Amino acid sequence: MENGQIRIQVKSLNLWYGEKQALENISLDILTNQVTALIGPSGCGKSTFLRALNRMNDLIENVRTEGEVLFEGINIYDKSVDAVELRKKVGMIFQKSNPFPKSIYENVAYGPKIYGIRDKKSLDEIVEKSLRQAALWDEVKDDLSKSGLSISGGQQQRLCIARALAVDPEVILMDEPASALDPIATSKIEELIFELKKQYTIVIVTHNMQQAARVSDYTAFFYMGELVEYDITRKIFTTPSIKHTEEYVTGRFG
Amino acid sequence: MNRHFELELESLKTILIKMGSVVEENVNNALQALLEHETGLAHKVIENETRINSLEIEIDNAIIDLLALQQPVASDLRFIIAAQKINNDLERIGDHAVNIAESDLNLLKIKPLDSMLEIPKMVVTIKLMLHQALDSFILVDPKMAQTVLETDDQIDNLNRSMATEVIELLKSDKKTIECGLELIRISRNLERIADIATNIAEEVIFYAQARVVKHHAEEKR
Amino acid sequence: MIKKRNIIGALVVGITGMASFAVVASIVVIMVNIIAGGMDTFSISFLTESPKEGMTEGGIYPAIIGTFLRVIIMTLVGVPIGAVTAVYLSEYASSKSKFAQMIRFAVNTLAGVPAIVFGLFGLGFFVQFVGQGMDYALEGGSGLRWAQPNLLWASLTMALLTLPVVIVSVEEAIRAVPRELREASLALGGTKWQTIRKVVIPNSFTGVLTGGILAISRGAGEVAPILFTGAAYFLPHLPASLSDQFMELGYHIYIMATQSADVEATSGIQYATTMVLLFCTFSLNFIAVVLRYKMRKKMH
Repeated sequence: MENGQIRIQVKSLNLWYGEKQALENISLDILTNQVTALIGPSGCGKSTFLRALNRMNDLIENVRTEGEVLFEGINIYDKSVDAVELRKKVGMIFQKSNPFPKSIYENVAYGPKIYGIRDKKSLDEIVEKSLRQAALWDEVKDDLSKSGLSISGGQQQRLCIARALAVDPEVILMDEPASALDPIATSKIEELIFELKKQYTIVIVTHNMQQAARVSDYTAFFYMGELVEYDITRKIFTTPSIKHTEEYVTGRFG
Repeated sequence: MNRHFELELESLKTILIKMGSVVEENVNNALQALLEHETGLAHKVIENETRINSLEIEIDNAIIDLLALQQPVASDLRFIIAAQKINNDLERIGDHAVNIAESDLNLLKIKPLDSMLEIPKMVVTIKLMLHQALDSFILVDPKMAQTVLETDDQIDNLNRSMATEVIELLKSDKKTIECGLELIRISRNLERIADIATNIAEEVIFYAQARVVKHHAEEKR
Repeated sequence: MIKKRNIIGALVVGITGMASFAVVASIVVIMVNIIAGGMDTFSISFLTESPKEGMTEGGIYPAIIGTFLRVIIMTLVGVPIGAVTAVYLSEYASSKSKFAQMIRFAVNTLAGVPAIVFGLFGLGFFVQFVGQGMDYALEGGSGLRWAQPNLLWASLTMALLTLPVVIVSVEEAIRAVPRELREASLALGGTKWQTIRKVVIPNSFTGVLTGGILAISRGAGEVAPILFTGAAYFLPHLPASLSDQFMELGYHIYIMATQSADVEATSGIQYATTMVLLFCTFSLNFIAVVLRYKMRKKMH
């Protein structure tokens, strides 16, 4: 594996939903300014793993986690770590675009506002910058007061990306961000991912293997809660080391 | 739309053009060495072959990545398939250039003939064909590719007259036998280069117009 | 086979259609009956005048005001308490928490208690226990101010009665806020409280309002809980403070029908009063339906 700066280091992560173990002994390094794709069949643990990276699993009852997820050198599962603070730095985009039923402007300004930014001028700047970064500014700049729900599905997802960018995160987790979108909207999101990785570290869960191949630098293949293979995407899709991975990426099972 | 993918296609084309220019330079050097009896140039051609080989591997890998990671379709797919074949073609042209360079060196060891028979004519035409074939790829110009296809017959004719002329020569003077054989060999290599340049032109037409012109496929249909 | 299936299908359509028709028809019959009986007596002055001539003539103005005041106080007390409980139950309490389970059990039990029991409870707890305590504390036991039925105790008893309706409907409204929206806020680094305040409550606000209105309309129509806790047979004046008794529409109908000097002579007043009461309740329900429709539209 090529050398790069490690942004998140996962060490022997285990996770249980009640009695059922969902992640078994996962260790992997997520590299700065790279796109890491998590692939695998449904129920393989890839989404659970993603949500373990910003402690979104905390919201589910009966979840128990063991092992370490080191972010900026600190285990995010330490008692002293505030999940709220963590989530400011590790943002998330969901499968179903979920803009608030507010205006486009208010959607983007939501994060900065809850951090106490009140100054209208600063908010305006953040909103414009974030919408530009999400490649949405030109499409919505004239109706920022329109409801976030009134724009198309692809635009809504980019609005959600802008909203996440507005709080200036370091890592962006994406949970099948394009699975509900048509091919054109999907390729816009993919294009956006290429742009965003210059500034952010991106981890993306996708059911679409071709998408993983197109957008990612590294790919991790999960199966039954275990990490089967983790390597440079090119390697995974041309010469995987493990037969299981080969079978999955060639569509022979799963 | 998909800018990232287009950039990758663009960079594949760039490296292929680079490969083409290295090969063309090698062919030109081999031919210059032949006409002007330059040992230095001939050696340079032979040394340059490793560069062509490593470029070929680099292009192969880029093509595998594009196929595996980008799932190209339609004109993108035709471009990549064409690029793969052209890559292969260029490498073979490189081999023929080396063969010619080796023959150059052999010719210099023995006493060369005063006349190269039809070879100077062939050289002029082949340089033009190869250049046009590569240009038609760079500019995506199927018309130019078509002229390459049409020039191939001239080379075939020249190659045939070479054979008869060399036979005449050998009949008249037995001492020229080594030299004659080298000339036949060179002529044969030149003819092969012309054929491959034609293949490149055919790939350009396939990529640009989705027409299969090789083996007179369209006429048969 | 096909025939049999068709017959069953026709039967199902027939029976369900008949049942629905019966519901609509009975409402229409009741409405027509009431309007027919009350139309002659009803006029603007009926709404603005006090009862006269031993309540055989005049209007129902004090009862309207009394009902209005009672509903307002009941709402101001019941809806906030219910809403806060609902927020606690749906957002903070874990499903395994014993305390939350206890609250739920209490709410469900409360919902099943007959209205008259609330009346008796109000009398025993508010009037005789809390009221007497207040009299002792405020006036040294000399006067009798709070230890008697009045507007406050009646309203509080009513608030208690409507509490389960408020809690259940507000909880439902909160649950209807999509999980994705909460997650969006939390993933942006919002705290739980920020998420509730800025996402959950605004997005369930119409639901909360609907719940409140349904609870009010339920409470507005109840009479039993105020029988012993504050409603008066007849008062010449409007209530001036919380410790005054008051007239009330439902109670007014009840006494006119059962304890009037001449039941036959007052039947017009009874019908007209019922008409007014029903009109108020229906309007509240109608508003609730409109709000609910708007909420659904906003969510999708």
